[in-house]
Amino acid sequence: MRRVYLDNNATTPVLPEVLEAMRPYFGERFGNASSIHHHGQETRAAVERARESVAALLGCRASEIVFTSGGTEADNLAIFGLARAGDHVITSTIEHHAVLNACKHLEAKGCEVTCIPVDGRGLVDPADVKRAIRPNTRLIAIMFANNETGVVQPVAEIGRIGAEADIYFHTDAVQGAGKAVIDVNKVGCDLLAISGHKLHGPQGVGALYVRKGTQLEPLLYGGSHERSRRAGTENVPGIVGLGKAAELAIAGFERGDDQGMAAARDRLERELLEIEATGLNGADLNGERAPRVPNTTNIYFDGIDGEALIIALDLKGLAVSTGAACSSGAIEPSHVLTAMGLTRDRAKASIRFSFGKQNAPEDVDFALGLVATTVARLRELSPVWNKVPARTT
Amino acid sequence: MLNSDTIAVAMSGGVDSSTVAAMLRADGRNVIGLTMQLWNQRRLAGHEGMPESVQGRCCSIDDVYDARRVAETLGIPYYVVNHEERFERDVVRPFVEEYLAGRTPIPCSLCNNHLKFDQLLIVAQQIGADKIATGHYAQVVFDEQSGRWLLKRPADKSKDQTYFLFGLTQEQLSRTLFPLGGMTKPEVRELARQHHLVIAEKPDSQEICFVPGGDYKRFLEAYLTEQGDIPADVGGEMVTTDGKVIGEHAGVHNFTVGQRKGLGVATGSPLYVIQIKNDTRQVVVGKDEELYSRTLRAHRVNLISTSELREPMRVAVKIRHKHQPAPAVIESAGPDEVRVTFDEPQRALTPGQAAVFYDGDIVVGGGWIENSE
Repeated sequence: MRRVYLDNNATTPVLPEVLEAMRPYFGERFGNASSIHHHGQETRAAVERARESVAALLGCRASEIVFTSGGTEADNLAIFGLARAGDHVITSTIEHHAVLNACKHLEAKGCEVTCIPVDGRGLVDPADVKRAIRPNTRLIAIMFANNETGVVQPVAEIGRIGAEADIYFHTDAVQGAGKAVIDVNKVGCDLLAISGHKLHGPQGVGALYVRKGTQLEPLLYGGSHERSRRAGTENVPGIVGLGKAAELAIAGFERGDDQGMAAARDRLERELLEIEATGLNGADLNGERAPRVPNTTNIYFDGIDGEALIIALDLKGLAVSTGAACSSGAIEPSHVLTAMGLTRDRAKASIRFSFGKQNAPEDVDFALGLVATTVARLRELSPVWNKVPARTT
Repeated sequence: MLNSDTIAVAMSGGVDSSTVAAMLRADGRNVIGLTMQLWNQRRLAGHEGMPESVQGRCCSIDDVYDARRVAETLGIPYYVVNHEERFERDVVRPFVEEYLAGRTPIPCSLCNNHLKFDQLLIVAQQIGADKIATGHYAQVVFDEQSGRWLLKRPADKSKDQTYFLFGLTQEQLSRTLFPLGGMTKPEVRELARQHHLVIAEKPDSQEICFVPGGDYKRFLEAYLTEQGDIPADVGGEMVTTDGKVIGEHAGVHNFTVGQRKGLGVATGSPLYVIQIKNDTRQVVVGKDEELYSRTLRAHRVNLISTSELREPMRVAVKIRHKHQPAPAVIESAGPDEVRVTFDEPQRALTPGQAAVFYDGDIVVGGGWIENSE
């Protein structure tokens, strides 16, 4: 069966070049990067090269990059590394759970947390952030781009607000890195998290940018790895893979890959929502008219159950997603979409399509045909869908 | 394309439904495994007398893990579908409300009617499966003569689950397979072993899936506390059958018709709950022989083997899961209502339980016991 993968915000396939770059570090180049002998020197050099590549992707110094086990650890290191009991932290309602649940835990540890709401487009208003500042505000944690809608937040403005008030600003850029050009100095953030597997690197590796001079309490205690900010022997193959993925992302921007991806995404949206082509009314974008990363679109199809739709599509070879999976794997309505004001029913009727570098134009055609027929069939079987839809002419 | 032979198997992670998936797969059918996520076992943990860590039977992560392992072993696609909202609305709330109204509910039947053979069937159709198969011990056959789908007792009478399935409509039965209907439990386990299913030796589940440890009173209290919905005053009088007040009780939900223990009153002879009066919140107690009655009225009746009861019909009626069906005559008593007259008085006809009518092995239909007369 032909399979098309349009769930690249969940994870991306490792690019062949990345796999090639990593391969020696699973085999002959096995040294511990902390060892003083030849083997250690070999892997140390690889780790530091990767650090430079990641720094180049983010526009920072190599010494400001801390490698972690992934995006979640990077977010947790930023948040727990800075906030102390009695501090106030500002975040938003649409953060990834790595930030949201870390902030929830901060409350249990004696911090105060303010969650800034978003508007119908999924955007945080920087003025709300400014108004939320208190004398004891220590940290602002607002994401760069949202994982479900792709909406890019006004991080540069928030960065300015943070700088003026002398408050640390952390941004979760896991869904931004590799998709949008990021320069930490333009963003004005003190910390920024990325994840390897969201930009065609391997799973199990991520990085945190930590602006020089930021005093960060480590999460893990042990050796003095990563300038004592993250103890534990480096995941050398993973780090090398992340470094290669960062290089490929930079090369991609130079080639204009992001524009190509946006064109594919826009075509999927346009043709899917063109009633004359698909016959599908009662469908529209979530997060429209807001700036978005080029690879993501989130669309609701009224009258359907997103869960049934993704299963039906998967059985026919198309991988997309909806909402968030809970521990059993069952799907719960997206907190991001409900925070944007969607009803629970509409949130449950929403599907995310997210592109990666491996997707070809034919993938859009495959998705278009399959989604249109499947949505139509699901609506026929739906107890809630009006069987005589009002066709616009 | 999925062909019309695609079957969705409702997989709980237990030995029965896992074996069903294995059997259909071995038959060369296109099988899709589905597990319904119905209740979050951790939801009430730590609430009002509930244990901090709740080890419920169903929908636990362990059960989903088992179902997923089985699906992987069989090489079938497998998905968990979330029906928590519907389950709470159609099963948990009615369960709680029935107890508060002095009745003794059967959530498994509600779950079958509103979730397994309704919502799951819809999902199955939506994802391209015309039929669903479950691990229930029951049989479904099409009767050419009457043109109706019949629900029949299984080969293994000790495992008979037809009592919980009386609410199935013709449409639901026509889309349902019970592959274990002709097998005994030991045969099912043996088949599970032959298919190398990891759950072959897993113990059977008995209790109500969302009530940990079977302690429904603690569940009610925890749920009502969570909902901020504790009735102000649920207590009332305990009276004898001749109207004498002999004590007080803390709420009708603590009692079931026929109950002897935990009445909180001491008299010379053993006392039993005879009746629970919801309007006055009185719990009527009396002697064992006062528990027997010959007639009952069942409402919200679903008929299976026949479309209507034109004249009185001689059947055997089961009034609780472990009851030996007793000879009786049923007759229509209004729309969706049936009057049951037993040959011999039956003990503890309990409002909220089901009365299921059998003609030999065939389920004629059933309804919910409203009252005894």
